[in-house]
Amino acid sequence: MTPSPTTTPDAELVEATARRVVAEHPPTSTPLPELMGAWYDAGLTWVHFPVGLGGLEASRALQPLANRVMREAGGPEPRTVNTIGYGIVAGTIRRYADREFAARRLRPLATGEEKWCQLFSEPGAGSDLAGLATRAVRDGDGWRVNGQKVWNSLAHLSRWAILLARTDPDVPKHKGLTYFVVDMQSPGITVRPLRQITGRAAFNEVFLDDVFIPDSQRFGEVGEGWIVANSTLGDERTSLGDRVAARGSGVIADALALWAAHPERHDPVLRDRLVRLWVRAETQRLTGDRARVAASKGVAGAESAIIKLLNSELAQAVYEFCLELLGPEGTLIDTYSLDAPDDESGPTAIQRKYLRSRATTLEGGTSEIMRNVIGERFLKLPQELRADKGIAWKDIPR
Amino acid sequence: MTQEFEFDDEIVELRSMVREFCAEFSPEALVREHMESELGYDPALWRRLGTDIGVLGLAVPEAYDGDGVGLVAQAVVVDELGAALVCGPVLGTLALAMPTLVALADEDAKRELLPSLCSGEHVATLVAPLATGVLDERAVTIEATENDGWRLTGEVAQVPDGAAADTLLVLARTSDGLALFAVAGDADGLTRTALTTLDLTRRQAAVSFAATPAQLLASGTEAVGAVERAALVASVLLAVESVGGAQRMLDVTVAHVSTRKQFGQPVGAFQAVKHRCANLLIAVETARSAAYHGVWALQDGTDDPQLAAGLAKAAASESYQAVSAGAIQLHGGLGFTWEGSPHLYFKRASTNGLTLGTATQHLDRVAALTLDAVSA
Repeated sequence: MTPSPTTTPDAELVEATARRVVAEHPPTSTPLPELMGAWYDAGLTWVHFPVGLGGLEASRALQPLANRVMREAGGPEPRTVNTIGYGIVAGTIRRYADREFAARRLRPLATGEEKWCQLFSEPGAGSDLAGLATRAVRDGDGWRVNGQKVWNSLAHLSRWAILLARTDPDVPKHKGLTYFVVDMQSPGITVRPLRQITGRAAFNEVFLDDVFIPDSQRFGEVGEGWIVANSTLGDERTSLGDRVAARGSGVIADALALWAAHPERHDPVLRDRLVRLWVRAETQRLTGDRARVAASKGVAGAESAIIKLLNSELAQAVYEFCLELLGPEGTLIDTYSLDAPDDESGPTAIQRKYLRSRATTLEGGTSEIMRNVIGERFLKLPQELRADKGIAWKDIPR
Repeated sequence: MTQEFEFDDEIVELRSMVREFCAEFSPEALVREHMESELGYDPALWRRLGTDIGVLGLAVPEAYDGDGVGLVAQAVVVDELGAALVCGPVLGTLALAMPTLVALADEDAKRELLPSLCSGEHVATLVAPLATGVLDERAVTIEATENDGWRLTGEVAQVPDGAAADTLLVLARTSDGLALFAVAGDADGLTRTALTTLDLTRRQAAVSFAATPAQLLASGTEAVGAVERAALVASVLLAVESVGGAQRMLDVTVAHVSTRKQFGQPVGAFQAVKHRCANLLIAVETARSAAYHGVWALQDGTDDPQLAAGLAKAAASESYQAVSAGAIQLHGGLGFTWEGSPHLYFKRASTNGLTLGTATQHLDRVAALTLDAVSA
């Protein structure tokens, strides 16, 4: 059932449609791809998308309503099905792909049958992403790509990737980039797990050797890759505020549980530390809620960048507290085996989270970059002098 | 009814109206004049707030000549008054006396006292031991005796807006327990000594009562309950006032570092300065969330009022102190001068951090309500 194109779907319609889908496909007993397929076909995956592409042409503000129905019926938070696909790719496809590509790729993206990964960062281009060196050179009706990417989560499981590559080294760095989508089964792609501080490999390195990409898989104009990439970074940020978290949830829950479990380790100094962490968690939670309300009224503020920064720093502080609360037990960990199951439960989960939390202030923009962003974008402070400004990429010292 | 954090169009308009009023009628030059005057504020300006633009009785029911709009609206006004550092009995009258009166059952007293507070013609204050942020019943030192009417005797060292108040609401001890009284500013045996305050824009007085005639307003749990309610309301109003002041300091600081040039560029371009500004913004935004959550929780009853008020007060106090101290630092030498703005806000921030409970006292109560409750 698709709604009449002459009516603007309202909250009741979205909710009724969502209720119908979960009634016909009970989330707890329906295979995930089937459930998410029905969700997509009913236009609930991205309610603001066009009808036929997983949406209802409804207001984006109604998405939390649909997701809540799914959640209350025992279903997953939809974006967890395909994190990068939902968070970054879908919006880019809608904006830049032709209808045929969108129609073919969005449904399997939505169901999780085709996972997506992001090939942006490189060993020489982290915070300075626009300085990346992977080259794409014209070859007939497509492009030949060579380079190395890094920090690619899910690359080993992904069917598709979004890729940022340099197509013109003779212009300043931001102007010589082009945005592509790549079939991860293309010849010349090698994915290697990247072992991290926890002993596991949640990320990969991806090597591209003479990989061919048809020109039809270019999004946006040649040289406009930075603009395309930034339009999707915006999507990632705005997707943060779809849900009100419960008080005491998130990383602080680990500290509260550990505190309750170890009364013998209580002392006034630790209690003081913990209540300050609790207050940080609570004010951040409330700020998230405030951002959500503001966004629903179309008033975008600095909150999402702030929340990213705060949550990442809170996670580290919480697990530092937890480890101290554990005392000598905190010096143990079950295993550093590469093959250890990738879950966050078990007796030494806190130690693992403690190690993992060191990445929170690095991934998705380091805390230093986030403070630059907050200062320059939201406080409108003057930009710092940049040594590579206006210089052709090939002439930048590296 | 709007949901939490939803500022509807009326509130948004109210905010800009008060902001424009303050910019026009209480610019910093006038604030400095008022703070160095004997009374410490301009009664005509306060009356205009009450009568001309009608923003003093927003949380007072219409039956007592208020507007009955709610605490969120009143908080937005206090936020803007705090941003402009308007001199006047915000703490004594708006934050303490009015919520105390509203919480009473005595209709006659409310009809007698509230209208002239809403109009700004009169000002009032509350004399009760609230130094820790909650009522400390054991610290009530004023004795009330009934002998040809009620009479109060005793001394209180620090009363906000104590010298200016036309009416003092006084929590006193009777032979039957605590009771709340109203004392006229010109009553016999009332002595008020104005004190020099760290924050000259927020006055205090030492007050002594010597067999001072008083009118009984409420006794027992009703009196205590009204004062406890006022302590919560005042805590969240001081919290939003702190947010208003902190936001203003952030704006002023960002403007300064964007124009002040050293080493051939605006100092705000340097990361050491820029990151510090980002931290100030974060301090303002998180405190705003806590402060307005407290306001909404008290208005709509959506959260434990003790927890919400304690969180609001602790978070906003620490934020305001950090932001105003950061403002001094980022203004460089100018930040240390009498002529510069930051010291005015730094003094208000320091004072707010010590009024109605310190951040650590509030944090201790938050811990009792969250951590200790979990462990017990």
